[in-house]
Amino acid sequence: MSADTLLLAALFIPVLGALAIAACDRWPDLRETVTLLTAAALLLCVLSLLGPVLAGAQPQLTLVQMLPGIALSLRIEPLGMLFALVASSLWVVNSIYSIGYMRANREAHQTRFYVCFALALACTMGIAFSANLLTLYLFYEALTLITYPLVTHHGDDEARRGGRLYLGYLLTTSIVFLLPAIVLTWAAAGTLEFTAGGILGSGLSNAGIGGLLALYMFGIGKAALMPFHRWLPAAMVAPTPVSALLHAVAVVKAGVFSVVKVIVYVFGVERISGLASVDWLPFVAGFTIIAASIVALRSDNLKRRLAYSTVSQLSYVVLSVSLLAPLSVLGAALHIAAHAVSKITLFFAAGAIYTASHKTEVSQLDGIGRRMPWTMGAFAVGALSLIGIPPAVGFVSKWYIFQGAAATGHSLVMLVLGASALLNAAYFLPIVYVAFFRPPAGADHGEAPLPMVFALCLTATLTVGLFFYPQIPLALARQLAGF
Amino acid sequence: MIADHLPALQVVVPLLAAPLMLLVRRGGFAWLLATLVSWTALAIALALAFKVREAGTISYAIGNWPPPWGIEYRVDALNSFVLVLVSLVASVVAPYARASVAAELPREQHYLYFTMFSLCLAGLLGISITGDAFNLFVFLEISSLSTYVLIALGRNRRGLLAAYQYLVLGTIGATFYIIGVGLLYLMTGTLNLADLAQRLREVHEIRPVLAALAFITAGVGLKLALFPLHFWLPNAYAYAPSAITAFLAASATKVSVYVLLRFYFVIFGVPLVFGRLPMAEVLITLSVLAVVSASLVAVFQRDLKRMFAYSSVAQIGYITLGMGLANKAGLTGAVVHLFNHGITKGAIFLLLGGVALRVGSTSLARAAGLARTMPLTSFGIVLAGMSLIGIPGTAGFVSKWYLILGAIEHGYWGLALLLVVSSLIAVAYVWRFVEMAYFREPEPGAARLAEAPASMLVPAWIMVAACVYFGLDTSFPLEGARSAVTVLLGGAR
Repeated sequence: MSADTLLLAALFIPVLGALAIAACDRWPDLRETVTLLTAAALLLCVLSLLGPVLAGAQPQLTLVQMLPGIALSLRIEPLGMLFALVASSLWVVNSIYSIGYMRANREAHQTRFYVCFALALACTMGIAFSANLLTLYLFYEALTLITYPLVTHHGDDEARRGGRLYLGYLLTTSIVFLLPAIVLTWAAAGTLEFTAGGILGSGLSNAGIGGLLALYMFGIGKAALMPFHRWLPAAMVAPTPVSALLHAVAVVKAGVFSVVKVIVYVFGVERISGLASVDWLPFVAGFTIIAASIVALRSDNLKRRLAYSTVSQLSYVVLSVSLLAPLSVLGAALHIAAHAVSKITLFFAAGAIYTASHKTEVSQLDGIGRRMPWTMGAFAVGALSLIGIPPAVGFVSKWYIFQGAAATGHSLVMLVLGASALLNAAYFLPIVYVAFFRPPAGADHGEAPLPMVFALCLTATLTVGLFFYPQIPLALARQLAGF
Repeated sequence: MIADHLPALQVVVPLLAAPLMLLVRRGGFAWLLATLVSWTALAIALALAFKVREAGTISYAIGNWPPPWGIEYRVDALNSFVLVLVSLVASVVAPYARASVAAELPREQHYLYFTMFSLCLAGLLGISITGDAFNLFVFLEISSLSTYVLIALGRNRRGLLAAYQYLVLGTIGATFYIIGVGLLYLMTGTLNLADLAQRLREVHEIRPVLAALAFITAGVGLKLALFPLHFWLPNAYAYAPSAITAFLAASATKVSVYVLLRFYFVIFGVPLVFGRLPMAEVLITLSVLAVVSASLVAVFQRDLKRMFAYSSVAQIGYITLGMGLANKAGLTGAVVHLFNHGITKGAIFLLLGGVALRVGSTSLARAAGLARTMPLTSFGIVLAGMSLIGIPGTAGFVSKWYLILGAIEHGYWGLALLLVVSSLIAVAYVWRFVEMAYFREPEPGAARLAEAPASMLVPAWIMVAACVYFGLDTSFPLEGARSAVTVLLGGAR
């Protein structure tokens, strides 16, 4: 198949999968088979695009001319490839996990769940492969709306409240800040195509560029930059597989992916480096890192702690790319992948703990490592990775982020990175400690169902494996940063 | 041969169908004829639009009396677009109306309903196509009188009061309009719109022209529910029969907007209206008030039809806002929003007709658990609601894009901000429906409710599909709007 066909397929495989899943409503086994097949087909499709992209090709495709001069079109560049690869491979693992989780917890409306999940992946592919800002915006909004039924899956008052916050924050930021930013870009640049080196040219004053950057950074609410981060913990009312894939990988990564993409391809790293009007961004990101870590430290609820850890880790990506050095752009891209595999492992573990023992609070986890050694072992791997300790992939990305900071001589940023590593250790390691070294309490229980344990071991393996074999993400990130 | 007479046929076909229905006095026959007439009107409108695109403006002299002495029908890029919109809405609403009317009206009134519907259609098409200011008044009255009857036919007795309210205000509006036209005639000695535009440039005594402008603005403003002249609208929409609410919301106010556009940009001209007079400021201020206040009022409504009626007032505000911006992007936004809001509101009110039929009421509280009992209807309302909000991928987004662009080109940053914030208010009222329909349990008795009949669901979903289709492939409405804007701005000398 030609690359164009594959590109179209990447968008439509999940959509067709969603239709097939809906058609198999009455036969749960068949429905789950279809989910797995769809996820596998998507991964294959993305993998077969990888070769040409690594060789330097950028396949593209125009879907429809939406506004004069602005088409809905797709184009693969290295960063999008990386994001698509992460999302599609983790979807396969997540589907295995979901089947175990949804069945073990006897969740209702499972067909709706799988349909929305597949459609969310279609939107994610659309975001990853978007060739211009309008296409990105379209899929970005679609992703918000299609994940709403997943967040409010339980349908009770708590879910409805969480859903309101989720939708409120994401739609408010995207409509009030992001949309005007895009219109402004169109008015100033006359194009919305993502172009290496940026498109802004000299149409805006320096102060204007600073304002536009603020509109973009706060408009991309999915990147959860403070003070627009509250939707992320609110989204934790969703079933854990949703939190794992969407709110640790697809949705939040769509946010930071858009941030990196806008800075690299709309503003242009060289165009804005050294501008006084954009140097506030590292401070906002740094503040988010530290503040979110402190909140995480104080949260007893495990999923909430993970959510705030996500807020903090997302700002690593924003901080890194905001330094505007090639090495830090590379580090930002790598951290998208590194955080994804590590955090999904942690969420998988949290869901497994809930399924096996119905425990949700950190203070209840005494000795749970003895009853669920595989789960907590994987949790430890994910935690080490996020602190940045080898041999886990988190070390690799932080290495580059740190190098980028050192290269730009930003001492405050280095301080933030150091402090944050300590904070990460402070809120993750106690969990690992009490799980393995305190005596277990309460009723006895074993591991969660096999598919879940299998899935979380797989992502833990991936977390370690990518430390030893980071070639593919590294190659893509290098292409992006222009090495 | 017949092709030459298309402009006349556009109006004559529905106009003659009405007395025929009155003579036969059979509901079924009247429905069939009304449907056929609407479809014929659509075919004619499309043929005309195509011809205009190929060969430019069409001028048709009624009874072969050459203009400016005789009545001229004049079709250009602007009104051919409106003709397509009106006849398109009619051809979707007419087939839908059968089941809806059967449920809402006593049997002996069915034929009357379709008679009035055809008359109203003839009136709206006439307003759009005519090139004569007095002829326009005649059609305005035809459409208004039939509308009063249609609203009064609503099964709720309060429909009578709503119709009476509208009758009084509509009559004042029409009177104001005709006073304005009288003043213009006094100054120029012509009623032909094109001729009028020519001769007004030569008039030096400007005061009566300004008075005419004021009268016409107020008169037409009443008909299009320009804030604060909108008080008749929510009641009229809420108590009219469902199919008529959809038809009026999607077409009647839009035609009035067209009249205002024609008078401001082509007849009075930009230098007078926006240069000499502060109409830009007036329009923008009123529009902003409409958008904000009506959207906020919509959030607190307890009845879905009223909620979306207030939303209509707000959305008309977007259109007049684009008019007030008076630049290319703003006007494109205004004209394209005529179309996009037409199909969006059409879709919503058609779906609400299904709700009224099955649930027996459109109150928000009775919509609890509607997603369980009427999933297609509920989902359709949500999709059309997205278009109201202006989510990308729906028709509403395209309008919003151009309006924001228009505001930014003027450097009106506050206005751009207001545009985006007001769409958040739309999120608020659409989401009240979502939470009611999707998160509440149906009332005990409501569990056995079924979907609306296919004859209603299919037309409604055609409109919903149009909301999504024209949000992705925008070539048809946008090309129409862009050439219409060329007429508007080219007409300004």
